[in-house]
Amino acid sequence: MNGRPKLAVWKFASCDGCQLTLLDCEDELLAIAGAVEIASFLEASSAEVEGPYDLSIVEGSITTPHDAARIQEVRRVSKALVTIGACATAGGIQALRNFADVEEFTRLVYASPEFVSTLATSTPISAHVPVDFELRGCPIDKRQLLEVVTAFLHGRRPGIPSTSVCTECKRRGTVCVVVAHGTPCLGPVTQAGCGALCPAYNRGCYGCFGPKETPNTVSMTRRLQLLGLDERDVERVYRTFNADAPAFREASSGA
Amino acid sequence: MPERRTIKTDYLARVEGEGAMSVRLRGDTVEHVELRIFEPPRFFEALLRGRSCLEAPDITARICGICPVAYQTSAVNAIEDVCGIELPAPLRALRRILYCGEWIESHALHVYMLHAPDFLGYDGAIELARDEPAAVERGLALKKTGNEVLALIGGREIHPINVRVGGFYRAPTRRELRRLVEPLERAREAALETVRWTAGFDFPERAVECELVALSEPGTYAIERGRIISDRGLDIGAAAYDEHFVEEHVERSNALHSRRRDGGTYLCGPLARYALNGAALSPLALEAAREAGVEPPCRDAFRSIVVRSVELVYACDEALRLIESYEEPDAPFVPLEPVAGVGYGVSEAPRGLLYHRYRIDADGTILDAKIVPPTSQNQLAIEDDLRAVVERYARLGDEELRAVCEQAIRNYDPCISCATHFLDLQVERL
Repeated sequence: MNGRPKLAVWKFASCDGCQLTLLDCEDELLAIAGAVEIASFLEASSAEVEGPYDLSIVEGSITTPHDAARIQEVRRVSKALVTIGACATAGGIQALRNFADVEEFTRLVYASPEFVSTLATSTPISAHVPVDFELRGCPIDKRQLLEVVTAFLHGRRPGIPSTSVCTECKRRGTVCVVVAHGTPCLGPVTQAGCGALCPAYNRGCYGCFGPKETPNTVSMTRRLQLLGLDERDVERVYRTFNADAPAFREASSGA
Repeated sequence: MPERRTIKTDYLARVEGEGAMSVRLRGDTVEHVELRIFEPPRFFEALLRGRSCLEAPDITARICGICPVAYQTSAVNAIEDVCGIELPAPLRALRRILYCGEWIESHALHVYMLHAPDFLGYDGAIELARDEPAAVERGLALKKTGNEVLALIGGREIHPINVRVGGFYRAPTRRELRRLVEPLERAREAALETVRWTAGFDFPERAVECELVALSEPGTYAIERGRIISDRGLDIGAAAYDEHFVEEHVERSNALHSRRRDGGTYLCGPLARYALNGAALSPLALEAAREAGVEPPCRDAFRSIVVRSVELVYACDEALRLIESYEEPDAPFVPLEPVAGVGYGVSEAPRGLLYHRYRIDADGTILDAKIVPPTSQNQLAIEDDLRAVVERYARLGDEELRAVCEQAIRNYDPCISCATHFLDLQVERL
């Protein structure tokens, strides 16, 4: 790389929360801006430098024909492409449409559905272009984002664990909410990264980081049923922000 | 025939995403103005159907990463309204402190990172930091304090996990909350400095003429609940919202436009709150406003950045006051017994009034939902401003005119503001 590496941030269908995470690095932001050239980040600056970009960070899912074409262009001008957040890695909460009739959805929200251009599905970026790394979370974790950016700038793989939230509870010293209180918790099948926040606040994990590597959802579902969840409740717990991640999709359909 | 020109923005983001602007002029006469919102629809109102009402705060938070607490609060207000839940004082206080944290985070982001660069002639805060590092660092420190409040009470900054119908999953101890005192005291000083800083900017002229709408609660600057009032005599509970306001769908936009049922344009957000409730600000915030020469009411659209800064002072002050008097609650939440019916919830998101309505059945399943965010309510007022600003400054060259148009749109921190420094205005000469 000649000079400072060029960083670009792109948005597709999303809440803006994951790219905001970069601006939430209040202590590091100006240092990052010194280490890289922030070449395109429309939430932060109207300045735009032409590609190609050394690292593109992509937020959001693909839900319109226009965006399906735009992501191809983004990939074309990006040396490395990292997706951030549940929308970009699994389709996000808006992927609930994948289990429903999108025309019905449009009619429910808009008085004149013919004005709205949308695809029948919300899909992750990896369904459209090759992705170099996927960072999970709804929203992503700030420290993990810094790790990923640092790793890519140094040409190494990011050190992001793919173990379960349970390991973080143990490390944090949080008493298991399932064992101690009978609270339904997706921790055993959910990827670590949040620091096991929910159990530390006396609540079960709701899976916002998506399925861990090789999750045992069959056993998880059985446990949820023993804790009193009926079929509809089980379907609901898997179908939230990572509803269309394959392991959660299968678990919710088999409930 | 006078020359005709078109000023366009293809990527006006921050309508929670993506929007565009277009202005057509013939000579000095404005022929057409439109704010087009093409953020892809995500169908929240549809996907809420069939979900448990307990999920509403977590799901609706995802509408906006910049103001998730506003969505969570309006949602729990509405569900609590159906089920007849009244929160005890400590839980109400916690909800308000959390909301103050969001105001601090969101206002600091907007004032320093999205809007101030317009006044000072920079592309963004990072560019501004090269010449004015102290100012940008002050803004980042303020924003960080807002985030600390959100993280301590809510569990994390974006999409907090601790908000539930009836209160919280876990209430902080007095001792834990006290950890916020020192950062908030420093933030309050930074906020006072922010008022002085922004008051010294040069302001283009534009007086807002439309009706101003905000929440109101006796004796306080309404934030997390209240009645809906206006400067033209409106005074209603949240349940009457649909009788007085209507949303319409126009072709150019994936956001619905709101107006009064009688057809009038109205504005919500900092200017409206300030005009209607300014007297209820804390003495320190009012003193800062006086010194800055923007005592309430203020109808000057471009001075909204100063008003937002005064609200920053207030949010720090108010959070400190509530932390000082906080008593730990007996239980972190009031248990929910679902009741079939319709509930209404409102709160003051950083950008203005946020309305939620849910119909639920006896087991707590959501049957239908309606959500009206501040930006769709402010859209027509923003277009009126654009028209007036373009007319007033028509003699400017395209680049300057483009800049003042962008600045005018950012006056409203449109969750178009989720898109703000995205304004890539293009000028075409016909």
